[in-house]
Amino acid sequence: MSLKNKLHDLKEHYKGKKMAPAFNAIHTFLYAPNEVTHKGSHIRGVDDLKRTMNMVILAMVPCLIWGIFNAGFQHYTAVQGAAAPAFTSFVDHLQYFFTWDNFILGATKVVPILVVSYLVGLVVEFIFAVIKGHEVEEGYLVTGMLVPLIVPVDIPLWMLAVAVVFGVVIGKEVFGGTGMNILNPALTIRAFLFFAYPTWMSGDKVWVHDAVARTGTADAISGETVLGMLAQKKELSYSIAEAFFGYIPGSIGETSTLLCILGAAILIFTKIASWRIILSGVLGALAMGTIFNGVIDQGWITEGSKFYALMSLPAWQHLVIGGFAFGITFMATDPVSGAQTNKGKYWYGFLIGFFAIMIRVFNPAYPEGIMLAILLMNVFAPTIDHYVVQGNVKRRLKRLKVKTA
Amino acid sequence: MAEVIEKKASEKQSEPLFSKKNKGLMTDPLFDNNPITIQVLGICSALAITAELKASIVMSVAVLFVLSIGNVVISLMRNIIPSKIRIIVQLVVVATLVIVVDLVLKAFAYELSKQLSVFVGLIITNCIIMGRFEAFALGNGPWKSFLDGLGNAAGYGLILILVGFFRELLGSGTLLGIKVLGDPIEKTGLYALGYENNGFMLLAPMALITVGIIIWIQRSRNKSLIEN
Repeated sequence: MSLKNKLHDLKEHYKGKKMAPAFNAIHTFLYAPNEVTHKGSHIRGVDDLKRTMNMVILAMVPCLIWGIFNAGFQHYTAVQGAAAPAFTSFVDHLQYFFTWDNFILGATKVVPILVVSYLVGLVVEFIFAVIKGHEVEEGYLVTGMLVPLIVPVDIPLWMLAVAVVFGVVIGKEVFGGTGMNILNPALTIRAFLFFAYPTWMSGDKVWVHDAVARTGTADAISGETVLGMLAQKKELSYSIAEAFFGYIPGSIGETSTLLCILGAAILIFTKIASWRIILSGVLGALAMGTIFNGVIDQGWITEGSKFYALMSLPAWQHLVIGGFAFGITFMATDPVSGAQTNKGKYWYGFLIGFFAIMIRVFNPAYPEGIMLAILLMNVFAPTIDHYVVQGNVKRRLKRLKVKTA
Repeated sequence: MAEVIEKKASEKQSEPLFSKKNKGLMTDPLFDNNPITIQVLGICSALAITAELKASIVMSVAVLFVLSIGNVVISLMRNIIPSKIRIIVQLVVVATLVIVVDLVLKAFAYELSKQLSVFVGLIITNCIIMGRFEAFALGNGPWKSFLDGLGNAAGYGLILILVGFFRELLGSGTLLGIKVLGDPIEKTGLYALGYENNGFMLLAPMALITVGIIIWIQRSRNKSLIEN
């Protein structure tokens, strides 16, 4: 008897009993279910929720693989001084990047984070499914993948576990589970980590493996992100090209803008992510960046100001550094917590980009403005939708009046 | 209003001091009619001062004093207060009692009074107090009002202390200032294992979430509390 049949028998055996959702979940996780998703905001023709989720995960896989190698690459580069010669071109640099050493070190750091993220999150989901007596929802599959990509490589695993429990319970289950949450669960988890354990989520030590442990010793290394350097007005030790391709320290999966663009292409092509949000988000960031550049050009902010370095950064370069590209691609486009109307999506995306750069510049203590900008706009998304819908109603009423008059 | 009429009827017969109904006045606000978790009153102070257990306890005692005495005073004056100016009269009573509390704190626990800062003064605006004056003391005798004040203040204090307990334990790793989880700097106790304090617990949003979790647990244990 095949595994599928065995699972099916188990499922039938436990039908109507308390543990039924747990067995159903294992069954549907491994094999295609016979039903498609028929309600909630994930409904989309013949697609089922699992297919949607799988596409998103697929789009993130390149970022994850890059993140694994980058964890090793950043560590060895910092430890050995210059393991690789100075950056010349993307392709030339790949031979120093895709090495076994990098992979092994990266995998030993990243895989446990991935496992903890999924294990803890799914256990919480299973418990809630059993208590509430519904099927286990696939929502966590994407969140579980996002979480490892947006945390620093050296994050203690127990902190991650605590944050995942918090994020899934408070960020999602209290609102009624998948499809009902106000905030993006992955960002709720990251925000929790940031406010609860700021020493592990910001600064110049946490982004490269081993940097924290070596603090104060003769072998001390530092791994400052580009944003960190700008905030402290230090000389940048990375070129914008390096930042674009992702040869820089940062949260595990967000360093490569190139791969985020690839992910965005997959999601837009499969019509899962809204191109309206991504496009307007980029425009919003450019608008804010241009305003800051203008302020610098006018001479209102002098070089002595602590905002000078971040403000004078050319607007387009803001798109490349930090987690902006990752956030706008994979988290701003979350169909549940984002705006639902097409017109609303433009506003929603634009304001995310706008606020992300504003927070980045004015409060460099926050490691990345995009996290707070998305969470903020998540809260306002229903308001935006409300006004779009009301505007539409008003316009049509007016048209009706003109006709009848 | 139903409560008031009922009370007037029952006042005519002499009642034992701790009759079942009188006991209910004290115990109801502890759980099934808790001012914070059920009526959602007095939230501001619950968020503001619960980062430490000590402050929560002092605040609870202060409110206990103000509410029980204030209820008795209002109840004694209930037949001579013109209804048009009753709010002003109530405010004067609360303000007087709060000033007493504030001065006592300043005299005997100066550090703590600095820490509680404006929140002792803000007991005046605590909705629970004005709420009980309006809803209960104005229509009931002094003894009942006293019990009602005690009960409601205790219900408020219970939640405050509960929230304060978790916030101080998880946020600072201490209880009443005693390092129960070990020393975070010398790395003893739990900290030797790599444990770290959760700084988020010390911020106001986490107090709101903690109160929310208490409400959640309470309502899922007693389904009759869930509104439609």
